[in-house]
Amino acid sequence: MLRTIRILLALLATSFLTLALAQASEFFNEAALLRELAFMEMEAEGPEGQPWVQAIDPTYADTSQYAKDGPWTVCFSNADVGNPWRVVGYTTMLAQVDLQPNIGRFIHIDAEGSDDKQISDINGLLASGDCDILIVSPNTTAALTPVVETACQQLPVIVFDRGVNTDCPVSFIRPIGGYAFGAVAANFIVDNLPAGGNVLALRILPGVDVLEHRWSGAERIFAAAGVNVVGAEFTGGSTATTKSIVEDYLQRFGNIDAIWMDAGATAVAAIEAFEDSGAPYPIITGEDQQDFLIKWRDEGLTALAPTFPTYQWRTPVIAAEMILSGQQVPERWTLPQPYITAETLDSYIRPNMPLLHYALCGCEDMPGFPERWGGR
Amino acid sequence: MSDARTSTTPGPPAWRAALGAIGRVAPVFLVLLILIAWITYLNPRFIEPTFFLNFLRRSAPLMVLAAGQLFVVVSGGFDLSQGSLVTLTVLAGALMAFGDPANTWWVILVLYGIGLLVGVFNGAVTNYLRVPSFITTLGMLLTLKGTALLITGGAPRGALPPNFRAFGRNFIEDVPLLGRLPWAVIVLFVLAALFIYLFHFTNLGKQALAVGDNQRAATLAGIHVARVRITAFVISSLTAVTAGILLGGFSGVSLNVGDGLELESISAVVLGGAALLGGRGNMPAALAGALTLQALFTLLNFLGLPSPIRVTVQGAIIIGAVGYAAWRAVRAGQERGA
Repeated sequence: MLRTIRILLALLATSFLTLALAQASEFFNEAALLRELAFMEMEAEGPEGQPWVQAIDPTYADTSQYAKDGPWTVCFSNADVGNPWRVVGYTTMLAQVDLQPNIGRFIHIDAEGSDDKQISDINGLLASGDCDILIVSPNTTAALTPVVETACQQLPVIVFDRGVNTDCPVSFIRPIGGYAFGAVAANFIVDNLPAGGNVLALRILPGVDVLEHRWSGAERIFAAAGVNVVGAEFTGGSTATTKSIVEDYLQRFGNIDAIWMDAGATAVAAIEAFEDSGAPYPIITGEDQQDFLIKWRDEGLTALAPTFPTYQWRTPVIAAEMILSGQQVPERWTLPQPYITAETLDSYIRPNMPLLHYALCGCEDMPGFPERWGGR
Repeated sequence: MSDARTSTTPGPPAWRAALGAIGRVAPVFLVLLILIAWITYLNPRFIEPTFFLNFLRRSAPLMVLAAGQLFVVVSGGFDLSQGSLVTLTVLAGALMAFGDPANTWWVILVLYGIGLLVGVFNGAVTNYLRVPSFITTLGMLLTLKGTALLITGGAPRGALPPNFRAFGRNFIEDVPLLGRLPWAVIVLFVLAALFIYLFHFTNLGKQALAVGDNQRAATLAGIHVARVRITAFVISSLTAVTAGILLGGFSGVSLNVGDGLELESISAVVLGGAALLGGRGNMPAALAGALTLQALFTLLNFLGLPSPIRVTVQGAIIIGAVGYAAWRAVRAGQERGA
């Protein structure tokens, strides 16, 4: 019995230590923040009105060595399709494949959010010899790096959405990034906050680079502006938890003047907490989900929606065709990352789409819209 | 048990009796009182009627789930499918109602119909095929989760209309003495009364306890074990649908609304002193167990602890409660043996 307790205590101590270390590890990179903020100001190269083929400050890679006759087999190792953002993105990707007749086969394998599964998925794809090109949306950065390096030695690789720690992919496709996302939202709050106002930050979960970047970008700006951040809470992406946390904060501090969010899925739940408590609406930053945009318009909120656009799911399929045709592609393909303001709000509201549809899917002119995305 | 103790151990009878009385009150009420006092110390407004009723509103779904779970646990099983049934209720409800208030009533009926089927299936498979309920309901958890993902394609569609959400979200304003009275609290009190009656004042409760304590003895005593078990699972599933309606009302549609609720309701029941392998349990204590868990979450929010520490504290308290219950059972066993 005593030994069991001792082992339990040791385990507990270890887990605390691991947590402490995980939190201490610095996700913040000043240079990256500055670069992303500069990108937000820059004009993207590429066709007007099609941000999924535009690139900011690109350097091109020669791909003549990969040119090959079609039809091609394009393989895609996907981290996960477990949330509405990824579902909208993946649906858009499949529609893009339908637009490109030179792609004879599109093989998709879902890693279901597991590093181990994704590593064996990729190894399986490589061993099959079926793929002419491999697209990877990595589950986590460090764990997937070695297998992506192995793949690079056998065929052209495109990485998008989340990153890996290697330059070997022919093209790495991503919107501007998390720092810019968090910073744009934080700047909006700083500009609109009454003096001495309380800010509550709501985050999904710790330890994911994209999300950590968003928060560390915002944190620096709040600190520099001397803003009173009363809390930074993890909601686990649950609407019920979000609403409970916001209610508790309203009770504890009397009033909350602004809500900063690292992802918008639970924004409406946060707003409802103010409604149900009879508190005045806060300044709030969400994302490009329909339910939030509609609430914003209907209640006339002071709000901003940074985005991590789902149209980025079109780009890797387009890049695959460019590479296999021997056309040059951007090595680091930085896509524009717009944010929605009160002025542009109306143009992003689509009443016929599901409430958790992401407005920046870039899918409106694709075949099967809107039914394919669950609209009507 | 206490009879055996007073007859075998010498000592002043009055003192013994008083100690026994405290011991007999489930310790969960004491813990709950301490937590509420602590929260009130940090934030005196917490026990103002409006705020406390709001706290009850938030606790209502878990309390209802715990009441249903108690029937299954005392009869010797677990219902792990509760959480995913909550998720299915919310997602299927939103899809069927599609935001139109005219659909609310038939949608609620259909949802309870699904709950009934799930409960009968869980109970029948566990009872007739002799599959441990742990496995049956784990399978059901996956099936329901898969169904929810399948019908929505991974991105929830539709919306819950305002009159559907009213149960979990709306208030009756300007009630004398109480201020704003949430609908969910009214639902909670009606159901709590119903469940206390069912569990402590009808044969069903006693038979469930008997089945969980010793199935063979229960059969020999003429109890229809299959019926008792299936009824227990049906009650559990129906409470999950109810919790889904309340939670969907409280916070709207989301994919992970029911995640982990089955473990929270089992924890609540155990905090309320129920034996995990059946045969012992108490309805008011189980309800208090759910309230205690919710109070604990609120307290940790108010203390402003970083969330990893919160998760750890939560786990430690649950292990502590189960450990304490097990220790009491062992001690009682030893005394009975002596």
